[in-house]
Amino acid sequence: MKKLLGIALAIAALLVLLYGIEDLPPWGVSDQPASLHVSPRYIEKSLAETGVPNMVTAVLADYRGCDTLFETAVIFTAGIAVLMLLRRAMP
Amino acid sequence: MIQHQEDIIIQTVCRILIPFMQVYGLYVLAHGHGSPGGGFQGGCIFAASFILMPIAFDLAAFKKRFAEKRIILLCSLGVFIYAGIGWLCLLLGGNFLDYGELSAILPVDPVMARYYGIAIIETGVQITVMAVMVSIFINLITGGRHKEETQENYD
Repeated sequence: MKKLLGIALAIAALLVLLYGIEDLPPWGVSDQPASLHVSPRYIEKSLAETGVPNMVTAVLADYRGCDTLFETAVIFTAGIAVLMLLRRAMP
Repeated sequence: MIQHQEDIIIQTVCRILIPFMQVYGLYVLAHGHGSPGGGFQGGCIFAASFILMPIAFDLAAFKKRFAEKRIILLCSLGVFIYAGIGWLCLLLGGNFLDYGELSAILPVDPVMARYYGIAIIETGVQITVMAVMVSIFINLITGGRHKEETQENYD
């Protein structure tokens, strides 16, 4: 019974998502909202503002520098967590 | 668990390969400005060169060159460099991680100061990624004992 309920819920959620697909912009169209907000500014001005020819690096390290800082902090935390879980004193 | 085994072919190949891998890791870091690359990728390549060493030779030889204390210190040094640059920009009167302010202490204009600021923080990322990868690897292969397995300390 519980299993059937779960399957029914999953199918209902799938139908809702499929219904939502209709409102998404077509694949590969350049004037969709996601491409109009900050992307043109990055494409036009990142070289003049940062001097970095690689746009991805400019966005990663400069415009979204805080994001990358905490990405690095996540890797650091992972290393410390492995150390905490596995490291044991030598007998 | 690893057990030491002499193999002349693997050792010779690693001896030749490791310096090239390290140079390539540094190339990926330095060339992150112009092509795909950067601290995360370069750090992984750099870590792979260090991980080859305990695989080809024994763990004690590796730990003699790269003590555990030093690995953990390097883990935090990278994050420290990154956050330190952020705070330095704050101290020089800009926003957090606003590398343009670094032109006050670097002999370049603000645009190139951003260029070099990115280079410095990518170096920090590379150091952290490299040290964390090596640390996780050493901890996993030895089960946290940092010692090669023999039959008596296996239980």
